[in-house]
Amino acid sequence: MYDFELVKPGTIGDAVAAMARGDAQALSGGQTLLPTMKQRLASPAVLVSLTGIAEMQGVCIGDGGLHIGGATPHAVVAREAARHYPALAALASGIGDPAVRNRGTIGGSVANNDPAACYPSAVLASGAVVVTNLRRIAADDYFKGMFTTALKDGEIITEVQFPIPARAAYVKFDQPASRFALTAVFVAKYATGVRVAVTGASNGGVFRWSEAEAALSANFSATAIAGLTVNPAGMIADLHGTAAYRANLVKVLTGRAVTAAA
Amino acid sequence: MPKDTGPKDHGIGASVTRREDIRFLTGKGRYTADINLRGQSYAYFLRSDVAHGVINAIDTSAATAMPGVLAIMTGADFAAMGGNPAGWLIQSRGGEAMKEPKRPVLAHGKVRHVGDAYAIVVAETLEQAKDAAAAIEADITELPAIVDMAAAVANKDHRVHDEIGDNVCFDWGWIEDNRAAVDAAFKSAPHVTTLELVNNRLVPNAMEPRASIADYDAGTQDYKLYTTSQNPHLSRLLIAAFVMGIPENKLTVIAPDVGGGFGSKIYHYGEEAAVLAASKALNRPVKWVAERTESFLSDAHGRDHVTKIQLALTKDGTFLALRTETLANVGAYLSNFSTATPTFLHGTLMSGPYKTPLVYVNVKAVFTNTAPVDAYRGAGRPEATYSIERIVDMAADELGLDPLEIRRKNLLTPDQFPYQSPVGLMYDIGNYQATLDKMVQLGDVAGFDARAAESKAKGKLRGIGYSTWIEACGIAPSNLVGVLGARVGLFDAATVRVNATGSISVMTGAHSHGQGHETVFAQIVADRLGIPEGSVDIVHGDTSKIPFGMGSYGSRSLSVAGSAMIKAVDKIIAKGKKIAAHMLEAAEGDIVFEGGKFSVTGTDKAKTFGEIAFSAYVPHNYPLETLEPGLEETAFYDPANFTYPAGAYACEVEVDPGTGRVEVMSFTCADDFGNVMNPMIVDGQVHGGVGQGIGQALLENTSYDENGQLLSGSYMDYAMPRAQDVPFYTVDHSCITPCTHNPLGVKGCGEAGAIGSPPAVVNAVINALHRGGYDHVKHIDMPVSPSRVWSAMQA
Repeated sequence: MYDFELVKPGTIGDAVAAMARGDAQALSGGQTLLPTMKQRLASPAVLVSLTGIAEMQGVCIGDGGLHIGGATPHAVVAREAARHYPALAALASGIGDPAVRNRGTIGGSVANNDPAACYPSAVLASGAVVVTNLRRIAADDYFKGMFTTALKDGEIITEVQFPIPARAAYVKFDQPASRFALTAVFVAKYATGVRVAVTGASNGGVFRWSEAEAALSANFSATAIAGLTVNPAGMIADLHGTAAYRANLVKVLTGRAVTAAA
Repeated sequence: MPKDTGPKDHGIGASVTRREDIRFLTGKGRYTADINLRGQSYAYFLRSDVAHGVINAIDTSAATAMPGVLAIMTGADFAAMGGNPAGWLIQSRGGEAMKEPKRPVLAHGKVRHVGDAYAIVVAETLEQAKDAAAAIEADITELPAIVDMAAAVANKDHRVHDEIGDNVCFDWGWIEDNRAAVDAAFKSAPHVTTLELVNNRLVPNAMEPRASIADYDAGTQDYKLYTTSQNPHLSRLLIAAFVMGIPENKLTVIAPDVGGGFGSKIYHYGEEAAVLAASKALNRPVKWVAERTESFLSDAHGRDHVTKIQLALTKDGTFLALRTETLANVGAYLSNFSTATPTFLHGTLMSGPYKTPLVYVNVKAVFTNTAPVDAYRGAGRPEATYSIERIVDMAADELGLDPLEIRRKNLLTPDQFPYQSPVGLMYDIGNYQATLDKMVQLGDVAGFDARAAESKAKGKLRGIGYSTWIEACGIAPSNLVGVLGARVGLFDAATVRVNATGSISVMTGAHSHGQGHETVFAQIVADRLGIPEGSVDIVHGDTSKIPFGMGSYGSRSLSVAGSAMIKAVDKIIAKGKKIAAHMLEAAEGDIVFEGGKFSVTGTDKAKTFGEIAFSAYVPHNYPLETLEPGLEETAFYDPANFTYPAGAYACEVEVDPGTGRVEVMSFTCADDFGNVMNPMIVDGQVHGGVGQGIGQALLENTSYDENGQLLSGSYMDYAMPRAQDVPFYTVDHSCITPCTHNPLGVKGCGEAGAIGSPPAVVNAVINALHRGGYDHVKHIDMPVSPSRVWSAMQA
């Protein structure tokens, strides 16, 4: 790890100001960033810690549904969202291990947009709103591909607002080594229709499976997607699974998620 | 008849809790990285990021000028030193000696695998050393990487070592004289089963990465090396006599607490010689601790065989002959045991526990641009067991026979021992039916169909798989291994030092890096002497304290070093009898030693062990004319034969047909380890071994891409088994046929689980698929990952 300066602002305003300094990098839970820095693969001059900002912490009910502060650790979401949005809480309780869950945050995960991370699927399937210091970004406009988002340089996720669905479930198939999603599916049923978001499977990062959404909106049952197929083109192929395998998982896990939610 | 007082709480056979665990679990262990010497400097190794390349030039001038930099040495600085040798000379089928390219301290001329170290940077701090390493300018012309073994053998233009045209180290036939008879048996056989399989490469992943601290004393010109070693004496021998050319008595090697080895810390590595040389050059201690990435890239890996195996049978399933052709990857350089592992620890086991009368094994060892491959828990025997146990199942399937019955039909029977195998070993004793019966009973094989029905109701496919395995361990008789090409002896040694006050230090050549020697050895010595275990301390891992030792691997610590210990204790007792005879004014022949007392037979005259020890050191009433004072004895022990642990394993799995995911539902082990000294520790050894076997079977996938880059180079992609990946094991070792040729009647248990378990897991998966209607799936290579299972089901 190279030397760096650590700044720990107490307000979003101070954090934004600190981020304007040269070569600054936001640090939330650090579960991706710090290992990268330890391997000398990243060397920001300034780390702006977001975890000391009170207004970015916690889980509450608000106008947008369930509001989760950007710097809220997964373990807190697992505990405090359970009553309001059990599928989301279950997702948070299955990320990494206890150490990761107590350090890693929702904002960090959503900002990083790892193609195999859990949270992006919940954000997309819920039609959540990513709130930053500058604006509100709809989930459908936020995810721009693997490790790529609509965030501008220095922009900070302060909160994520999840409309609460009538029914939902997240079914994750673990990559055996990292325990990230080899493929995982988040299904959420709203009065306006069903949304299905898939993580871990595509080279393009998290995506919505629109054919399944249409079928499930008409009939919220695993049998509704029995006739659908998922095209393996564009799916991730690696040590842990072929593209065809991931395409299969998308369908199998979607069915299981629907069954779990129904 | 002794009164039954329940489980023993001390001595041989008692599950004494591990005394060393108190320091390990409370953070008081002292590992190499915990040691800091006054004035120490820090080493960092610059490693190749290409798999194969010519080193044109290395410019260290800018790096040398950087802050804190003390020394930079490259391969050229070590070119005059000797190579790190292979410990075993193998001859090819035609009688020619194996190809043995020099393995330099640091890469020189060429880099041959990703992670091949070509420079050492020593600085005041580790960060400074890393900064300087980044400033070294290496001009390396990348060459095509040689990764695939078949391609390496076929393509004579691409050479890992320029002087070896086909990248083949040796082409070994075992036993060559039997080849014609084996081939003839196949020609006339009623049925032949053929299987091509891969025994997947494994990264050892000891919890503690390798580390070394060199401390040169300019005054005495003595070198001291603290290092993560399973056998410090062998490291001393290799470093002193082969690599650095320094007298053995000027080098002390200390392996303090070592956090796991599994084979990977048997070997001498170049980093050790490099830090020793740097320490001498700087006249300062030099410390190096590997980072996990370095462990992945540069520890000796395990397994990596590609095998074609054939079994000839009668229609009723009687084995007639077996033959194999194997490509064994040795990586870029020959690690110390790399040539023995695929040959004499593999080919000699290819008749397994069976009566197969004719066996022929062919192994080609192949150089590739990958990390060196060497012994890893089980070392050759897991490869043999996997090949045999997979083809036995496949043959049973082809002939419509029950996998248990085909095994019963072919297992050696107790009346056949001692048994001369067709591949050169003499099994001394065993009862393979007993362990098979025990496994069937403990694993409730009779209840399997009901469990399969329950699984089916949940939408899962349940399968059961077996493995009946044997190994040769307790390596080894020196005269035998000498004939087979070993360049060292494989005896062991112990000194038992009785202090004047009766406390005892036992200096043993075995090295504990997790096994629990400090507990078990104390149990044995205390039991033999009739004294409290607390009076006995076990000293290991320091060449300046221990007479000699060949270290711990091959499940040899108890059967070989333990036997040396027993011999030394018996010498103590013999001397004690002489002292007691003098003190008790009796004939030596009338002295009996029992329960910690020397007494005159038939009388109540007695001296305690403590009184005798005191007398030996305060010899006021002592036969000084005929007997030296003091009470310390050393014994060396060279075994008469290998030991032959064996067992029967059953594994039940559930396969999720939607995802291909395999879950191990139960695992039953019925083992014969001979006499058991500490059942709890034996249970733990089996648990750990089976856990590693399940890891190999289902999870661990060491994968290089076509450029020789290690794709599974971190825990993000290399899956180690975790608690949730393994079931609660059922472990039994009550079927005992004591080893016939060592004093404790022990066989060894350290590798059994890793040897016997992988085929049981894979057989269970195939069985589950067949029962589920996927009859077309004949084989799936390890790791049997969800993707591989699902893909096989689709075909």
